[in-house]
Parts: sequence; C-alpha cells; structure tokens
Amino acid sequence: MIFYKTDNEIDAIRESSLLVSKTLANLVEMIKPGVTGIQLDQRAEAFIRDHQGIPAFKGYNGFPGTLCISPNDQVVHGIPTHKPFQEGDILSLDCGVKKNGFFGDSAYTFVVGDTSDEIKKLLKVTKESLLKAIEVAKVGKRIGDISFEIQSYVESFGYGVVRELVGHGLGKSLHESPEVPNFGKRGKGTVIQQGLVIAIEPMINLGRKEVIQEKDGWTIRTSDRKISAHFEHTIAITKNGTEILSDFGIIEKEIKQQHQILI
Amino acid sequence: MPKQSSIEQDGTIIEALSNAMFRVELENEHVITAHISGKMRMNYIKILPGDKVKVEMSPYDLTKGRITYRYK
Repeated sequence: MIFYKTDNEIDAIRESSLLVSKTLANLVEMIKPGVTGIQLDQRAEAFIRDHQGIPAFKGYNGFPGTLCISPNDQVVHGIPTHKPFQEGDILSLDCGVKKNGFFGDSAYTFVVGDTSDEIKKLLKVTKESLLKAIEVAKVGKRIGDISFEIQSYVESFGYGVVRELVGHGLGKSLHESPEVPNFGKRGKGTVIQQGLVIAIEPMINLGRKEVIQEKDGWTIRTSDRKISAHFEHTIAITKNGTEILSDFGIIEKEIKQQHQILI
Repeated sequence: MPKQSSIEQDGTIIEALSNAMFRVELENEHVITAHISGKMRMNYIKILPGDKVKVEMSPYDLTKGRITYRYK
C-alpha cells in the first residue's frame, strides 16, 4: 500500500532530510585517518538530538548505531566499530532521522585522504547515476524507468549493481512501499504520482554484483571483496515537479572547506 | 538505509490450486499465489500443502511468485 503525502507531510519529511544532510556535513571534518566509526557515531547522535531529532536507525530491527558506516568492500548496513580509518579508505555514511513523526534518509560516500583514480571514477559514476535517476522521476513515469536509468548508465562502465537491496518509499515509517530497485526494465512498476516520496539509493560495486551478509546479521559486503559505493537522496514528487529533499550541497561545501577530495 | 528486497523469500504452502499453482504464505505473513518453476517440473518434484518452499518474486508485483525449491 503506497501512502501519497500532502504538502504539509512533505514539509516535515524535508525538515528531517535536511537534518540528515546537516549531520553528515557536520561529520566531514572528522573524516581523516585515525578516527574510529564509534566516534563518528557518537557525534552524529549528539548532533541529531541537539536538533530535536531522533536517530532513526538506532534500534531499528535491533541495529546498534546511529549511522551505517560501511568502509571499502562493505556495501551498506555496516556497524560502527573501534577500528581507526586509514588513508585511502572510502566510507559510506548512511544516516536517518525521525523528526515530528516523519523520517528522512540520505547517504554519502566519503574518501579518507586520497585514493586511486579507479575508485574516484566509481564514486563519480554512482553519484551521477543517482542524479540521472532523479531527472527521470516525474509524474507519469514508472519506478522501472528510474531502475533502468541507473542500471543502464552504471553497467555501461562495467560495474555491478547490487540486487539484494533496494530503495524504498518513506514517510511515517522508514521503509514503505514501493520498492525502488536499482535494476529493472523501462515501463514496469508503479506509476509515479504527485505526493510520492521515495529514497533512491544506487549501491554500485567495482567488481561483481554478488554480495554476502556477514554473520553479525547486518553488514553486507561484496563477495569478491572489491570496493563498493553508495549514494542516497530522499525525493518528493510535488505539484511543482520533482524535489530533492536531502542536500549534498552543504556536504560538498564542507568538503571543500576542509580541503578534502571532492568527487 | 536500503531495504532488503523481497526477491527471494521462504514460505509455506497453504493450498494447492489448479494448473500447478499454489497459495503460499510467506514468512512476513503475506499470502501470494505461486507456480512451480520449470526445472522443478522436469525433475518431478511434488509439492503438498504444509511444505516449506523457497519463492522467487519480482519487486514490481508482490502478489505472484515462482517456487524454486522445496525444503526437505
């Protein structure tokens, strides 16, 4: 059952999504070698609670952290650890916030220090595929058009698209209908209508598409242990067209200020 | 946080319908209709109500599925 949102509800989701982006931007200065995932996680939780939000992931089906921190070969759902980051790591930080009863969800992949051109290209392509997919998401199109756009663009570079995890609708709960796969056929799936709020999140592997779930019941990593990238936006279909509710702009501004590598 | 997709799930047969179709109750308590995969028909794998099976689905249509495995 898909819940279409009113303008007021979309405003609430926008507020939550912006808080997610601000949280991620707030963490940028800490992303350097030697810092641990637990430190990032604690700072994120404090920041969210300072802004009258509730960390959405903490306790969600028993997840222990505020952030999903997935370094290198981990795709998503990584649990924060005490292991310090190293130069050249790439970190997918995924964050969710509940505020005024509505959820926001966004993710960004950061580079610790500098890394190879091959990996930078993977991150760039993943981010571009997300933006291309958002351009397609208009009233009258279908979910399959979004899926096709991501898959065709990314696979033209020879990367693998993760099948086991998908984007999702969100609103009063973190995961709602419809599912938004990152692979699919044009013209299939639910028709996009005004009031639809979805999180689109391409998860792209440098190598093969197969992934494995670790024994902790959460962490998903690539089966060939190659690098994986993950970007996520929450978008809403409003009467003025498609609107991106989360914001990479403030994250990227912060990355520039800290003189880190901008993809 | 991405959602676990509903592409492959386990379920229990609750009713045999005509044309080798079955009504299957999934672990998340949804009830779908599913048919037997061609590979299972070729190997004459019989299915009865109460069997535990693996069901493949498309994320676009969550009411139909394909039975790909019968657990022993």
